[in-house]
Amino acid sequence: METYSFLRQLADSWALLAMFAFFMGIVFWAFRPGSRSLHEDVANIPFRHDDKPAE
Amino acid sequence: MLNYLKLIVLGVIAIFAMIAANYARDVAYMVHMIIILLVSAGMFLWVLRRTDEPVTPAPQNEYMDGVVRAGVIATAFWGVIGFIAGTFIATQLAFPVLNFEWAEGYANFGRLRPLHTSAVIFAFGGNALIATSFYVVQRTSAARLWGGNMAWFVFWGYNLFIVLAATGYLLGGTQSKEYAEPEWYVDLWLTIVWLVYLAVFVGTLVKRKEPHIYVANWFYLSFIITVAMLHVFNNLSIPVSIFGSKSVQVFSGVQDAMTQWWYGHNAVGFFLTAGFLGMMYYFIPKQAERPVFSYKLSIIHFWALIFIYIWAGPHHLHYTALPDWASTLGMVFSIVLWMPSWGGMINGLMTLSGAWDKLRTDPVIRMMVISVGFYGMSTFEGPMMSIRAVNSLSHYTDWTIGHVHSGALGWNGMITFGALYYLVPKLWNRERLYSLSMVSWHFWLATIGIVFYAASMWVTGIMEGLMWREVDANGFLVNTFADTVAAKFPMYVVRALGGVLYVAGGVIMCYNLWMTVKRAPAVEASAAAAHATPAE
Repeated sequence: METYSFLRQLADSWALLAMFAFFMGIVFWAFRPGSRSLHEDVANIPFRHDDKPAE
Repeated sequence: MLNYLKLIVLGVIAIFAMIAANYARDVAYMVHMIIILLVSAGMFLWVLRRTDEPVTPAPQNEYMDGVVRAGVIATAFWGVIGFIAGTFIATQLAFPVLNFEWAEGYANFGRLRPLHTSAVIFAFGGNALIATSFYVVQRTSAARLWGGNMAWFVFWGYNLFIVLAATGYLLGGTQSKEYAEPEWYVDLWLTIVWLVYLAVFVGTLVKRKEPHIYVANWFYLSFIITVAMLHVFNNLSIPVSIFGSKSVQVFSGVQDAMTQWWYGHNAVGFFLTAGFLGMMYYFIPKQAERPVFSYKLSIIHFWALIFIYIWAGPHHLHYTALPDWASTLGMVFSIVLWMPSWGGMINGLMTLSGAWDKLRTDPVIRMMVISVGFYGMSTFEGPMMSIRAVNSLSHYTDWTIGHVHSGALGWNGMITFGALYYLVPKLWNRERLYSLSMVSWHFWLATIGIVFYAASMWVTGIMEGLMWREVDANGFLVNTFADTVAAKFPMYVVRALGGVLYVAGGVIMCYNLWMTVKRAPAVEASAAAAHATPAE
């Protein structure tokens, strides 16, 4: 098979599936149990070190 | 020791620039080599005077804010220059006599148009992104910028790129790729500057004291990495001569067109969207004094946006030599992109939930909120225009220009103004802004200016699209191209008027920021003092 057709078929099958699976993995990771308290904590990062770096 | 190395490098560059200016094959190249000669010779003297002098080490317990201050000044300066250039070329379109005879070949529309687009996107937007990213990455990492004076190299190097690009356009040094006009040596220089920028940003993240990387930094980082990739691939070209500005593209035909619009659309997606979303995720929570509405949504927003945006480019090439499957793919991904865009908009707007009263009292937050509103509007309009049937009407018309400006003036401009209003009192250690009523004036002038602009471009765009496709009973075209040009005149005048209002707002902002540095906390005229921003 010529390179173009091979890449074209790879792109709309396995590569698409792999990227979609990776994306769904991120979504599930964001909603994993125990993430709520972590996210509440990190959402407040902008309010911590306004004036000078941490020691 | 390092200084000796710098002196050698600067000396070699200065001598090469002298030789190159002498052998130059075209004016743009010669002027650029003279600029490079002056800069490198000036820096040679500057370094020389500091060699073998005692140096005071930079204090590690402070943030590096000098470079952010410089970036804020550059942003405001280039912003006004770019808005004035845009308003002037809009007036040129309405009144062609402004393409002056004596400036023919230098200041006519064709030469000034890339000057305007690069001034607003790269000079105004780019300086805003570099300055805010340096500010945000330090605060959210609780660490001083990595790499010492490399951050200053990024600032000055980037602004040298702007000067080379702008002077090049006026003198005809262009490779004719939209938003990527600078010629090969300017591209190479930007590549160096950008890699140093990446190093400074990642270096700061690596030495962060916060265990988690805050979401704004994810957006900034994706912007820096993707722009590096886009820039390198779209500018693959071979110079005709090392002593001339002309180069030949490596890609040709439809491959070149596809690479160009893969670049062009992702310049919108990653430069004007991802980078500015980084601003949104830091400055809106800070100004509203509450954390972002949903951190989970921000994570999904980020990954969905970067996964989808990269495929949307082919929608610029409907009905061209590009295969149908590719332009359909671009169209489908553009429509899917609506979802993450609105997810991000909702996240930004809902950050104010429980604090909506601030909209009434704080014009700075009003500015940020309307920018997110315009973000939502243009990310709805864009997917709609990418649909092939809609595109057959809208493409090549002024509707496209109106769409771009509702995004650029509304979203990028307004969020940058909001960030500047937040940053200047912080960076110059002022209690508050000089005048909140001036911020309100700026807000309304800019908003009404955008409404004039977008509305007139909708009318003229759809009108000319319909006129172009109008056929009589025998199938002949009814209108000549000149008929459509004549019909557009009133809308062009309204558009230019919108530009004037937007420039006026920008000038008021510059005055207000200047006076904030010079005079605040000077007490403001009675009424506004009642609802001044509380000091943090």
